[in-house]
Amino acid sequence: MTDLVLGLELAYWQQTSIKVLVAAVMVPTSALILGYVFLMKIMSFMQSRLGPMESGPFGLLQLVGDGVKFIQKEDIFPEKADKWVFAMAPIVVLVSTMLLFVFVPVGPDLVGEPVDAGIFIALAVSSISVIGILMAGWSSANKYSLIGALRATGQLIAYELPLVLAVVGVVIQAGTLNLQGIVAAQASGEMFGWGGIGNPYVFTQFVGFVVFMIAIQAELTQTPFDMPVAESEIVGGYQVEYTGFRFLSFFLAEFATAFAFAGIASVLFLGGWWVPGFDIDSNALNFLGPIVMFAKIMLVSFLIFWVRFTYPRFREDQLQSFAWKVLIPISLANIVVTGVLKVVF
Amino acid sequence: MDTVWGDNVAQNIAFYLIAAIMVGAAIKVVTSKNVVHAALYLVAVLIGMAGQFILLGAEFIAATQLLVYVGAIVVLFLFGIMLTRAQVGSDPDVDTTAAQRTTGGFVAFILLVVMGYAIYGTEGLSETKLPEERVQTIAEVSDSIFSTYLVPFEAISVLLLAALIGAIVLARRD
Repeated sequence: MTDLVLGLELAYWQQTSIKVLVAAVMVPTSALILGYVFLMKIMSFMQSRLGPMESGPFGLLQLVGDGVKFIQKEDIFPEKADKWVFAMAPIVVLVSTMLLFVFVPVGPDLVGEPVDAGIFIALAVSSISVIGILMAGWSSANKYSLIGALRATGQLIAYELPLVLAVVGVVIQAGTLNLQGIVAAQASGEMFGWGGIGNPYVFTQFVGFVVFMIAIQAELTQTPFDMPVAESEIVGGYQVEYTGFRFLSFFLAEFATAFAFAGIASVLFLGGWWVPGFDIDSNALNFLGPIVMFAKIMLVSFLIFWVRFTYPRFREDQLQSFAWKVLIPISLANIVVTGVLKVVF
Repeated sequence: MDTVWGDNVAQNIAFYLIAAIMVGAAIKVVTSKNVVHAALYLVAVLIGMAGQFILLGAEFIAATQLLVYVGAIVVLFLFGIMLTRAQVGSDPDVDTTAAQRTTGGFVAFILLVVMGYAIYGTEGLSETKLPEERVQTIAEVSDSIFSTYLVPFEAISVLLLAALIGAIVLARRD
């Protein structure tokens, strides 16, 4: 990390406070953006309706209004609930989401913390949210909550494996776990001797990309993998007893995690913040990078939500056998092929 | 090492803060009357451990700690407890009799003595200076695993494979 960010020289504590603030602000902001653009507008257009139009221009303020409504609602605890665990669960999920934003780079100097083990540590912190979901489901003292939490856990553990294994292909090809290093490796890559747009790994690691996208769809519990919160089967899963701002926390965490995972997918497979024609460490990319990253994140998010609005829900046994019998063997084969090709070329 | 705090005041303060939280949570793990609470306190201990690894500049081990222990092993604990028995409130079957407390305390004391002796009895430990560049890169970790520690690494891999096959054999009835 250089001390000079965008030409400003900052002390360590100033840098750290700015980073913490940005990560904290990114969680609600990104959730609002994805919620408005996809959940409200794109889904409406796919269903031949307009979506919210009344509050603000084109209904822009609808989600802000919803958020205010959630915050002013009564904070209800179920009578038999385990109060402490019940109160802590949304916080654990939110913190896990916030930590994800620390590792996603959006420019040569614009990254929360450029750790050497970047992608590995990002996947590690994302797995903490399972604990929060189990806490929520158990402490509600409600059988639907508990079933939802157990479903969520089984699903998240099963799909964590293909998620990590799909990333391994990219890591082998880039030769580094560092997310900035993966961006640099794609920027300096060539396709058949032509390096005009570098070598985005979506071409060479297409199998990995598909497995990664399916796995994050399941990790985010988006339809067709939404059994943990399936409202027609188990009412609302682990969220069923939550109201007000605690429910809002789960909602924000879900969409913010979708945003962060879309960011990781953009870095791993779509070339990250690099713009063709620029030097990898040119200062201009500190301004262009975030814009390019935002466009790529919206593209990946569109894929996630397109699938969500299109497909019906899987059955629980189909979900498990799909992960263990299809995705994991494919990603293992992908690793073997990538390793062999890496050694040969 | 001029002052009592050493060169890294911030690291030392963070170390003692995290260590205090870990000790408190570890005591709650064994004294809590609710199995789920005990498992959640164990999560606090393990996350604190990851924090200590980060303070030591071993971020790969910290990430592994989170991914393996917090993200998988404790989750499986909780999963198993919640599938079988997990009531809210204190569990009448979880008791701490005087005999259990004495035995537990005795074992903990013995462990403390043995580990303390091993650490403080090491020759020249207090003179050892940590290297200037503290952060350990992944490349160093993997280089040492696949050269110096190759045989233990492969032995562990085979052991885990055997355990995996054994679990499948036990679980499959047909």
